[in-house]
Amino acid sequence: MSALTGTTRLARLVLRRDRIRLAIWILGTPLLGYALAGSVASIYPGQEARLGYATTSASSLVARAFNGPIHGTDLGAVVVAETYVTLALIVALLSTFAVTRHTRQNEETGRAELLGANVVGRYAPLTAALFVIVAANTVAAVLLAVALAGAGLPLAGSVAAAAAIGGVGVAFTAIAAVTAQLSVTARGANALAAATVGLAFVLRAAGDVFGEQSADGTRVRSAWPSWISPLGWGNQVRAFDGERWWVLALPVALLLVGVALAYALAERRDQGAGLIAPRRGPATAAPRLLSPAGLAWRMQRGTLLGWAVGVAVLGFSMGIAGDEFNDMIDANPAAAEAINAMGGGADLINAYLAAMLGLFALTIGAYVVQALLRVRGDEADGVLEAALATAVSRTRWLGTQVLAATLGAVVLLLVAGVTTGLGYGIVTGDPLGQAVELGGAALLRLPALLVIAGVVTAIFGLLPRWSVVLSWTALLVFLLLGQLGAVLELPQAALNVSPYTHVPAVPAVDPAALPLVVLAAVAAALLAVGVAAFRHRDVPS
Amino acid sequence: MPVISIGNLVKTFGAIRALDGLDLHVEQGEVHGFLGPNGSGKSTTIRILLGLLRRDSGDAQVLGADPWRDAVRLHRRLAYVPGDVSLWPNLTGGEAIDLLGQLRGGLDRRRRDELLHRFDLDPTRRCRTYSKGNRQKVAIVAAFSSPVELYVLDEPTSGLDPLMEAVFQDEVRRVKQAGATVLLSSHVLAEVEALCDRVSIIREGRTVESGTLTELRHLTRTAVTVETARPVSGLDVLPGVHDVHEVDGRTHLEVEPAHLDELLGQLIRFGVRALTSTPPTLEQLFLRHYGDDPAAAATGAPATAAAGASTATAASGAPSAPAAGSSDADAQVDAPHGGAR
Ligand SMILES: Nc1ncnc2c1ncn2[C@@H]1O[C@H](COP(=O)(O)OP(=O)(O)O)[C@@H](O)[C@H]1O
Ligand SMILES: [Mg+2]
Repeated sequence: MSALTGTTRLARLVLRRDRIRLAIWILGTPLLGYALAGSVASIYPGQEARLGYATTSASSLVARAFNGPIHGTDLGAVVVAETYVTLALIVALLSTFAVTRHTRQNEETGRAELLGANVVGRYAPLTAALFVIVAANTVAAVLLAVALAGAGLPLAGSVAAAAAIGGVGVAFTAIAAVTAQLSVTARGANALAAATVGLAFVLRAAGDVFGEQSADGTRVRSAWPSWISPLGWGNQVRAFDGERWWVLALPVALLLVGVALAYALAERRDQGAGLIAPRRGPATAAPRLLSPAGLAWRMQRGTLLGWAVGVAVLGFSMGIAGDEFNDMIDANPAAAEAINAMGGGADLINAYLAAMLGLFALTIGAYVVQALLRVRGDEADGVLEAALATAVSRTRWLGTQVLAATLGAVVLLLVAGVTTGLGYGIVTGDPLGQAVELGGAALLRLPALLVIAGVVTAIFGLLPRWSVVLSWTALLVFLLLGQLGAVLELPQAALNVSPYTHVPAVPAVDPAALPLVVLAAVAAALLAVGVAAFRHRDVPS
Repeated sequence: MPVISIGNLVKTFGAIRALDGLDLHVEQGEVHGFLGPNGSGKSTTIRILLGLLRRDSGDAQVLGADPWRDAVRLHRRLAYVPGDVSLWPNLTGGEAIDLLGQLRGGLDRRRRDELLHRFDLDPTRRCRTYSKGNRQKVAIVAAFSSPVELYVLDEPTSGLDPLMEAVFQDEVRRVKQAGATVLLSSHVLAEVEALCDRVSIIREGRTVESGTLTELRHLTRTAVTVETARPVSGLDVLPGVHDVHEVDGRTHLEVEPAHLDELLGQLIRFGVRALTSTPPTLEQLFLRHYGDDPAAAATGAPATAAAGASTATAASGAPSAPAAGSSDADAQVDAPHGGAR
């Protein structure tokens, strides 16, 4: 039996298990690209507007860090600057999680053992997963190229930009193939690969920040750190600006090296084992672990710490960027007028800070969903059954989880507000005052997050099997209503569905108590429904 | 007062009728074997007893209380080992044991350490690195570390090696000695035989047998091989005698324990030279109820299906009806049930 026996059959199994995910991925990326290209084209229609955009982007360190290096004034270049980092991150994470799901997760759940006992070669599962995921990246890239060209961008640039994004997916497929060999758990493998994505982002940001602005002011030549980041490679293709096709060989080369390394590692380890040995732990439990609350803290603390660090870094950079925003407005009265018109004449910097806090509140919504969905994960695993067979009531168990998620949200909101305030305060000369003010403003978003917690709890109580899908869908709907609702000119009734719509945008406007109280009441009702339903249903179900 | 008392319990999952009028009675201080083929409803019954699932209809009482309404109060008085143990992956085994014990209302530290030692379990390893057997040991240690009145064990030893099986059996005997009651769902017949005072066998959500092992054995036929001076005749018309056939001058037959005496009286007339009698094995007893078709599995020999089916009826005292076939399987299943009570 060859080491690859059964690969085709396993590849079909991967396709079958992931047919919906893959379809969303393969169709969603080009659709998103098409929509974004259209909206960018309408915002920067003329050469003059794009010249302004390119010059600002090339000189702004924040734009370089978050959007990557700009390459000229072609409409395509602006589209790439506005969308590349987001699309590349999405594709990198999708590829990563897909690899783990079909390799390490199968081993962890014992599914691989079941398959391995059949006629399946040693390398077959990995090969099948890689094959499908690389193919998905390729097809998505082809469709994205068609979509960009269809939106009216030059063909060569469209192909280069799409290939650059596909290349990111391929590169991280290779990286995930290796991390899946290293860690024993799917969680660990995903964390390792996600950390690699984060590192790649930081390297690229650093390389672009320390890059040089070209003589005409509309281009950035990245420094070397961008070249060691798979996320940076895509920018170096310079789509729509004299494409450098050879850069696309880098992800392909990484794929070959990664696959070879993964095979070599797979050869050296046992099924189910990893190369990073799990640490031992205490033989007896510390007293503070021995309660539902202690357990919830233990389960959440790692995730919460990771989130807090991420939020702090982002908040601080956003705060510092606030001052650059001030400079930009001083230097460019036309832009100030434009933004003024959009913001309804409110204090500009406060509108910016309020928008940032709103974004944080949305992001922290994802934390709340993720933290609360652990209860469902425990139910599906069977741990919940063991816990509820002890003298802990269902109300106490679920209540503790809700409380833990809420406290986590409070912490993250505070971190977001305080770090944004510190960042902005340091550059404007009042760190403490800004930290306190924005910390408080951030906390006003809590009622919206309570509603999120209520929604997840109600779904968990009423439709446990749909918890994961429905909870994330709800958050996504809230996010889309907030981000696109105004652009799409949706009726207010639709916008009102999202709890975020009702949070006063402090510090841009004055705080108001009524909407917060109503949100809290809605949250309380949803929580009550969820807990009552959970008390009356089967576990597990 | 019975510790567990279930009558006519029904539980459905959508179209699936997992429990279909199940009865189960477990007395104070006994080790009660709970047996049945896969999917027959053992775990479902146990989850109802723990207040995890809600019954559709029927009565269920545990330690004199309603398992659904009084779940939390009851759980202080019982310990549970789930059929498929899963644990918090990032806790160590020791932490998981302490946590489960504490949530239940406290555990005996000395016993906990002793059990860890006896079960040869390393408490410093993360639960995610444990094999199925080791996860099971964690749940077993956590359960037996708590001095409770009732232990509910759902196939607790399916992943244990023989050495650990022996330790487990010791522990069950120890808690029984201390006056506790044990409900033990199990597929390990040797374990059931060694531990259980009484057993209940269920099939497709119904109780088909309940009683002591001795009582149940009486419901199954003894295999007899006899060598006689003169050729035997007229045996097959005797009540309770079945499947008479001759091989190499020896007569093989099966007889219900209640009719052994009459058979021997008859055999003596032909001049017995040698006689062996083999009591039914536990396997035969269980196979009879575990097989797809309860009638066909009556003697563990599919070839004698029809005769076997009639015997099951006869065992309850009803007149023997040769070649009754398996068309009225229900009646045959119910009959021994009544007979055993
Ligand atoms: N949550 C559930 N949803 C649907 N069917 C279930 C569920 N739990 C158990 N069943 C079904 O109920 C029957 C009894 O299952 P179970 O009690 O687990 O049997 P046992 O423990 O004896 O193997 C099986 O047919 C099983 O498929
Ligand atoms: Mg079971």
